[in-house]
This record gives sequence, C-alpha cells and structure tokens, in this order.
Amino acid sequence: MTTAIEAHGLTKRYGKTQALAGIDLEVEEGRVLGVLGPNGAGKTTAVRILATLVRPDTGTARVAGFDVVSQPKQVRERIGLTGQYASVDEDLTGLQNLVMIGQLLDLNRANAIARANELLAEFDLTDAAKRLTKTYSGGMRRRLDLAASLIGRPSVVYLDEPTTGLDPAKRDDVWDMVRALVRQGTTVLLTTQYLEEADALANEITVIDHGRVIAHDTPQGLKRQVGGQTLEVRPSSTQDLTRVRELLVTVGIGEPEQPAPDLLSVSVSGDAALTTLVGALAKEKIAVSELSLRLPSLDEVFYSLTGEKNEEVAA
Amino acid sequence: MIRDSLILARRSVTKMLRNPEQFIDVTLQPIIMTVLFVFIFGGAVAGSTADYLPFVLPGIIVQTIMFTSLTIGVNLNTDIQKGVFDRFRSLPISRSAPLLGAVAGDIVRHTIAIGVTLAFAAIIGFRFGTPWFSVLGAIGLIVLFAVSLCWVSVLIGMLARSAGAVQGLSFLIVFPLTFGSSTFVKADTLPDWLQGWVSINPVTHVIEAMRGLISGTAYMDNPGNLGGEILFVLGACVVLVAVFFPLATWAYRRKI
Repeated sequence: MTTAIEAHGLTKRYGKTQALAGIDLEVEEGRVLGVLGPNGAGKTTAVRILATLVRPDTGTARVAGFDVVSQPKQVRERIGLTGQYASVDEDLTGLQNLVMIGQLLDLNRANAIARANELLAEFDLTDAAKRLTKTYSGGMRRRLDLAASLIGRPSVVYLDEPTTGLDPAKRDDVWDMVRALVRQGTTVLLTTQYLEEADALANEITVIDHGRVIAHDTPQGLKRQVGGQTLEVRPSSTQDLTRVRELLVTVGIGEPEQPAPDLLSVSVSGDAALTTLVGALAKEKIAVSELSLRLPSLDEVFYSLTGEKNEEVAA
Repeated sequence: MIRDSLILARRSVTKMLRNPEQFIDVTLQPIIMTVLFVFIFGGAVAGSTADYLPFVLPGIIVQTIMFTSLTIGVNLNTDIQKGVFDRFRSLPISRSAPLLGAVAGDIVRHTIAIGVTLAFAAIIGFRFGTPWFSVLGAIGLIVLFAVSLCWVSVLIGMLARSAGAVQGLSFLIVFPLTFGSSTFVKADTLPDWLQGWVSINPVTHVIEAMRGLISGTAYMDNPGNLGGEILFVLGACVVLVAVFFPLATWAYRRKI
C-alpha cells in the first residue's frame, strides 16, 4: 500500500497563536483518517496546509506523492476540499455552482453539465438543481459542497467537520456518502469533534490538541485507551433506582454514577455488559425507559488522554 | 488563465443579475446625483440647468464609476470570508484568475452605470456635443480607468478585516478625490489652496477628458488640451495598474 497523505512536523503560527506546534499525519491510500480535536486544536489549519491554501512555517507534507509547497498544482489536481462552512456560492443555483467548477477543471460546457447532473442525482439534489443555494437547508448545502469537491474525481478528499451543525438524520446521510466515497477507493481525511463520528468512519484516528498530536490509534485502540463505552440506564420508576444500582454491582458491571436524578451511568470495557444487564433486568422484571451504550464524549476522551479537563470543550 | 477568468467573470455577472440591489447602486445613484446637482445647483452655478448639464454630466459619470469600482473590494472580501475563494484556490487554476474574473465581470457593471446615466441625461435634455465615435471613446476611456482604479479597491478588500471596513476606507479615499475636483464647479472659482489640489488631482483630468469627449471642448477648462488630458488618463491607468495590480495580487496571496 502507498501513502496518500504524509505530513511531518508541520508548524504554523498566526501572530501570537501557535495553530500547529509540529504535527505528523499519515494516511494510506484508500483509507480514512479521522482527525479528532476541539475547536482551535489546529484541525482546520492542518487541512488548509494539506489543501495548499496555507504554507506551513516549517515541516513538510506530501499528498498523492507531491509536495504541497513546491508542487501545489499537482496536489490541487488530485484533491477535493469540503470546508467547515459550506463554501458554495449562495447567489448561484446548485447546478450553476457545479457547472462553474467543472468548467474551471477544464471540462467543456456539455461535459460540465453532464457531470454536474450526475453528481446532483447522486447527492439527491436533482429537484433543487435550479434553485439558488441560499434557499437550501444546511444538509443540502453540505451535500452540494461535497458534490462540488468531487467533480474532478479527486483521489484524496478532505472533509473539514462535515457534520457540524447537522441534525442526526442529515448526519447519517453524510456518513453514507463518505462510505460510498471510500468504496470507490478515495482516500479521506476527516476532521471532527465527535469520537462517535471518527469511530463510525475512520480506519485510524489522530487526536490533536493545541496544535499537537496527543494520540494516534485505531478506533478500537483509542476506545481502549479512553476507557471504552458508557452504559446508561434510566428506570421507568425512580423507585427502582436502588434495585438497578445493586443489580449493576451484583452482575459484575460496576458501581454506577448518578449524573441525573433518574439516571445511572457506568463505564464498561467489554462487549457483554449490555446483554448481561438486559438479562438481569428481565429476570427482575424492572422496566426501563432508556438503556444505551455510548462512546465517550470528546471531553471525556481528553480527560482520559491528558488527565485534565479541556476547558475549551467544557465551555 | 484567460478561460478561467472568463468563467469566473460570468459568475460575477450572474450574481449581479441575481441581486437587483447591486443595480440600484449603479443606476439610481447617478440618476439621483444628476437630478440633485442639475436642478438644485444648476441655476446657481451656471445660470440655468440647461447650461449646467453638459458641464456636470461628465463629472457625475466619473464619480459614479469611482464609487462603482469600489464595490469589488467589498464583494471580494465577502467571498473570502464566506469560503468561496477557498474552493477556487484548492482548484488547479491560476491563482489570479478569481481576481481577474471579478474585475472583468465588473466591466458589465460599469457599462450599465454609464449607459443609464447617459440615457437619463438625454431624457432630461442633454444633447451630445461631439460625434458618436467620440462618445464611444469616452465610454472606453472611462471603463479603462475604472478597471485600473478597481485594483486599489481590490487591495483594500484584501487588507481590511471586514466588508464594512472596506466600504468605510474606500469612501474615505473617494470622497476627497471626487468632490475635491472640478466635478461640480469650475476650478477657478475655488480658493487658491484648493485650486492647487484640484489641478494635481488626477480625477480632475479624467473629468476634463470626459467633458471634451462627451460635451465638447468648450466645456473644458483648457479647451485646446483634450489630447493631453486623454494621454494623462491613459498614463494614470498605467500607473494605477503598475502600482496596485502587483500590490493587490501580493495581498491576495498572503491573505489567509
């Protein structure tokens, strides 16, 4: 396998802010790297460097085999960029946006229109093709933005927080599109604030904070490091709280915390906990209104990786 | 690069057509200025509105063009903030194509502004004092001047932090340039110190050339010098482009 993205010791300073303090990133061809971090961690700066929009102060980066500083044109011919703020032109229709980019990529007008219609269909935007994009919903804009970045059939795609601000259903749509991209062999670098998103899409996760890499692992490995998942149970009747608490301890899951008056939560490491608890609850005939396993939030990830509460996340 | 610029010019024209308020700017403003100055000041300044119109109209056209050429900085600043330029810059196209495209698209805006002003002037009684080719030459010259001047606005658009700041800064520059000229009154009616400024203000020479080309040389301060004034405008265009095009592209490259 060859390396699609390779960055070593990237640093970038904006005035007094050290946006990147020397990060390394590596993505094999056809794989998905999730770059996880809070706002201001340097995710967007890293993407901008890899997309040739910004030059690093020091460090080197190669994308698809080309140096981002000395061979930017070759890099640009091979990448697609989807920004954090959907960068479509609001005063143009969806179709016009895509046709314009197709033409800038040296397609003739007929081919640009054909390619635009193909992508509009693929991203379920055919009905909205002739509407101004300022009338689009947030999810539609993201889809159009993603479509725009794929016109030139790039081999490397950057998705900078592709689901921030989207409701869960729209988020799932974007996830499906990313998976479809990967099936076609595209290399994806995805930045996100959600471990859940990185876990759902990425082969490997790099966690960055204050411009530094603080962890790099597979989703499984990272989850082991940060203490796995949290089991949450909300009994239908608050009178059952004590019984559920005892049950969690007796079946060997662990002593729960009580984050809300009617909710118990306990961190679990194995995969059997949920099944065990369901069995025990059924046997005791205790009704619950909520029972879930969830991954640690970014806040909890940072807490376990650095041992300190990340105030930017908590705030 | 030319093809990319034209594609992007088409984009700015399409955007322009979608936003009628951008046309209110370039169409209503010259009409309002013409009405205001001709009917309010005409009698006082030149004895009658009919005598004032051929004198003031070229000045209003120049003023309109100067204000219009400032919008490009505001538009570019907005585009950059919205991330549209990130997309362009991540494409394998010439780095300056987005700038050249915006400037080329603005030629349409300028032409509309000039056309509207001339048509309105004709309605309220303006008669061209020169042959048609001279008028066409005037339009060509003023559009060329606008395209050269707009690089100043592009530079401000790249340096300022917000679109509002671009607007404010640009007006600060354009007001003394347009009002401190012979746009509205003959230069010899001004106090000496102001005459000194007016005579070195390049806008005065642009207006003089426009008067000679549209209304007739009789309306110029120095009727014999039309050729010299035209050469001056061409020279000013060369200087503006030579200074501000490199600065604007430099600022554009280092922006973000």
